[in-house]
Amino acid sequence: MKRKFITFSRIIQAGMVNFARNAWLAAAAMAVMIITLTIVLFSIITNATFANTIAQITDKIDVSVYLKDTTSEADGERLADDLRELPNVKGVTYLSKEEALDRYREQNANNPALLSAINETDNPIPATIQVKPRELNKLQDIKDFLNRTAPKKLWEDVSYRDDRKSAIDKIAHATNILQRAGIVAVLVFTLISMLIIFNTIQMAIFNRRDELTIMRLLGASTWYIRGPFVVETIIYGVLSAFISVLLIHSLFVASSSALQASSLGLLDIGYAASYFRGHFWQLLGMQVVLGILIGAASSIIATKRYLKFKTAK
Amino acid sequence: MILLDRVTKTYSKVATPALDRVSIHVEPKEFVIVVGQSGAGKTTLLRLLTREEKPSSGKIIVGGIDYDKLRDKDIPLLRRKIGVVFQDFKLLPNRTVFENIAFALEIVGATNHEIRATVPKVLDIVNLKGKEKRMPMELSGGERQRVAIARAIVRQPKILIADEPTGNLDPKHAWDIIRVLEKINHYGTTVLLTTHNQEIVNKLKRRVITMQHGQVASDRDKAEYNL
Repeated sequence: MKRKFITFSRIIQAGMVNFARNAWLAAAAMAVMIITLTIVLFSIITNATFANTIAQITDKIDVSVYLKDTTSEADGERLADDLRELPNVKGVTYLSKEEALDRYREQNANNPALLSAINETDNPIPATIQVKPRELNKLQDIKDFLNRTAPKKLWEDVSYRDDRKSAIDKIAHATNILQRAGIVAVLVFTLISMLIIFNTIQMAIFNRRDELTIMRLLGASTWYIRGPFVVETIIYGVLSAFISVLLIHSLFVASSSALQASSLGLLDIGYAASYFRGHFWQLLGMQVVLGILIGAASSIIATKRYLKFKTAK
Repeated sequence: MILLDRVTKTYSKVATPALDRVSIHVEPKEFVIVVGQSGAGKTTLLRLLTREEKPSSGKIIVGGIDYDKLRDKDIPLLRRKIGVVFQDFKLLPNRTVFENIAFALEIVGATNHEIRATVPKVLDIVNLKGKEKRMPMELSGGERQRVAIARAIVRQPKILIADEPTGNLDPKHAWDIIRVLEKINHYGTTVLLTTHNQEIVNKLKRRVITMQHGQVASDRDKAEYNL
């Protein structure tokens, strides 16, 4: 037990000494790691921000089903209930003719011409079922359902058609691409930078391969040899994680003072900054864990080759 | 202590074997010299003993360990029982003399106290007192050789393998090394020494195994160099 502890503390110590001695290598490996982790962090924040923007857009869009005046309120309510059961439906509001009229008046409060046009006749606004979708690109499902199950006589028209339909479809298409691109970008960047880090560490270990071979010949166990490298790269990972978080932090500080606008194109910087601050500890923790994982994995794989025993006869 | 039974090692299928059905039996506390020209199979023999290579066929048992039954993860344990002085020293370049020798003890989990007590004694045996803080680059060939020997004996192994430990040395230093090996042997370590040095072989009057073309050409007690 005591010997195990001595060995363990020696491994940690050797890793820290290596870290201090190999300043240049440390700088090179950490530079790559910092870039990776910063890109990953940035992509995650960007993704969250886009998701938020998309949610805001989706929230503003609903589909109105205009019922026939001949449809009874009970039938209308039943249709509303059926719609509520659909998987892509987030919420359904049933507006009777009167409620629909009230809403029309509210919406057009500062348009007296439209208001007076209504006042002159009796209520021309049909009872309406407002459907809030979960996903914009599946609106057709709702319309198909109406066409298929609800008897035509219950409803007159659906707002999801013509110009409005094509506008919604365009937005749905764009948000869809945005979401996918975000995920792909995170994955691609992580992969590329892991390859670079792995390569950097492998080069470092290649420089010290004689040392590894000698240790092996003297009877050092696998982890006694590998341990210090793993400790060293874990230190890179942890430091890089902190630096990447610091970088993103200063990026937000700089952008908030330098940029007057709160958004860059589709990227809502205000939301991104508040997301970063709101999830600061989770993001920092995630970066540290990621740094440790990338560091440990690359040094374990990179040392593997030099620790193999001859197996050929 | 060391048993080789019809050991053959072929590096490639077409080449003549580096070792061809070699059988050697070494008793505990014996001092054995292996001689032979370059390419006779001396180094291959030693590399098999440290399990740097696997034999193509035949049986090897060292210190009661049957190499056929040796798992990869137990190879370090085997190597800790054998002290090896490598032909090219194999010192760790970025560690001092003291650290190089201490490393052999660190591997086996010795305490710092034990290390501080043991290393100076070994340095004394190989006459390197006062050079603890030197780096290997700052030492002469003979000094490096002695560091390698110090590192090999610091764990007091039951078996010491020395591959041409006098290779690059002038006669005086060569004899210093041989004296150290004799001293270690006297304390009970089995010593296996390979050398080209005719004078050393003749003066030592020990068991001599002569290797030729991968085979044991002769194996005689108190013998002389006969190549």
